[in-house]
Amino acid sequence: MLSRRIVPCLDVRDGQVVKGVRFRDHVVVGEIVELALRYRDEGADELVFYDITASPEGRRVDRNWVERVAREIDIPFCVAGGIRSVDDAREVLHAGADKISINSPALERPALVSEIADAFGVQCVVVGVDSLRDEDGEWRVRQYTGDPSRTRALRKGTLEWIDEVQTLGAGEIVLNCMGTDGVRRGYDIEQLAAARAITRVPLVASGGAGIPMHFAEVFKDADVDAALAASVFHSGDIGIPALKRELRMQGIEVRL
Amino acid sequence: MKVVLVDAGGTNIGSVRYALQRLGTDAELTSDAARIRAASHVILPGVGAAAPGMRMLREAGLVDVLRGLTQPVLGVCLGMQLLCERSEESDTACLGVIPATVKRFAEASGLRVPHMGWNTLQVTVPHCLTAGLREGDTAYFVHSYAVPTGPYTLAASEHGTPFSAVVAAGNFMGMQFHPERSAGVGAQLLRNFLSL
Repeated sequence: MLSRRIVPCLDVRDGQVVKGVRFRDHVVVGEIVELALRYRDEGADELVFYDITASPEGRRVDRNWVERVAREIDIPFCVAGGIRSVDDAREVLHAGADKISINSPALERPALVSEIADAFGVQCVVVGVDSLRDEDGEWRVRQYTGDPSRTRALRKGTLEWIDEVQTLGAGEIVLNCMGTDGVRRGYDIEQLAAARAITRVPLVASGGAGIPMHFAEVFKDADVDAALAASVFHSGDIGIPALKRELRMQGIEVRL
Repeated sequence: MKVVLVDAGGTNIGSVRYALQRLGTDAELTSDAARIRAASHVILPGVGAAAPGMRMLREAGLVDVLRGLTQPVLGVCLGMQLLCERSEESDTACLGVIPATVKRFAEASGLRVPHMGWNTLQVTVPHCLTAGLREGDTAYFVHSYAVPTGPYTLAASEHGTPFSAVVAAGNFMGMQFHPERSAGVGAQLLRNFLSL
């Protein structure tokens, strides 16, 4: 049976892993390969590395650390940040990443999703969607969230954008619910369930994990395929082995 | 032992090469027919789509070279699919050394395609390639097309319907999942292949 995936997310800035609260105020939490190996050993199912400054600064991801990670770890990993062309994607994939994730550049030019899917297959194209509920109650997409001074609120509805990118060739969607991110009060079940209902490809929940019960809720109530978290893992507040034992006790299929 | 990785433009070549290095084996990356024929073990990696995959093998003049090999050959993910007769993906004629047709996962309510993540391997026919696999062992899959189960199936997995996770027809073998990204289970299976 297909397991639900637990995915630690490592935000990368200047070659180090950092974490902020509500996408702001980043502090260094560790070295990339060291943390990647720790999570592999603890039973992470996959890793995501977001180069959070590459996209707003208009530069591409540094392939050196991608290659170092690829040499060391034996679980899949995805790299995001500043991939804005088929050539950029090729460089990261050839360095050893299993998937690439695009976010702001897909909003700049949606055809990029199809171009990368056509070149390398949909299975390696992940589209990250940063979403926030506006005052009128609609979920809408945000762009350039890696840099608060450049973050833009778009008119585009979150569900509309998800539908658009999966038609263009996204093989997986990561929905970052910015309203719950970093505050550890649980995933945005309502938004994720709404996204799940219209998504035919795997859907990854992001933003809000604080306790093991939040993971159980998001798998049971929003039926997502994977749950992504950062700070609760970096701080050691949730250990992946204990989390997985808890999920299995609740009848959720996980890889132990 | 001389292991070669067939360079047909696939993007996971580096990852497979690093996985072999972690097992102490330095594999040569090549598209040279003589070097491929002279190897003790041949690995055909590949991430992408069937039609461009076959086109690259044809352009490199490797179709008959690969078909004629008699040493152990391992296709990984798309590489395994290319060993089959045909793929429904763009209705592509493949190498035809494994008697199967690659099919897209059927549309079904709630079934997510691509099939992505860790899934259980169920051994159906005991074989040296799957030695040491234990009940409940999982491997990492990421694919939208799959080989149906058949007489060539050594281990199956399930996503809506059962499909082949590990296959063999004589010296031609395949793994639908990514052993290079399947932690200890993947390392064991690669070691098994290298010991053939």
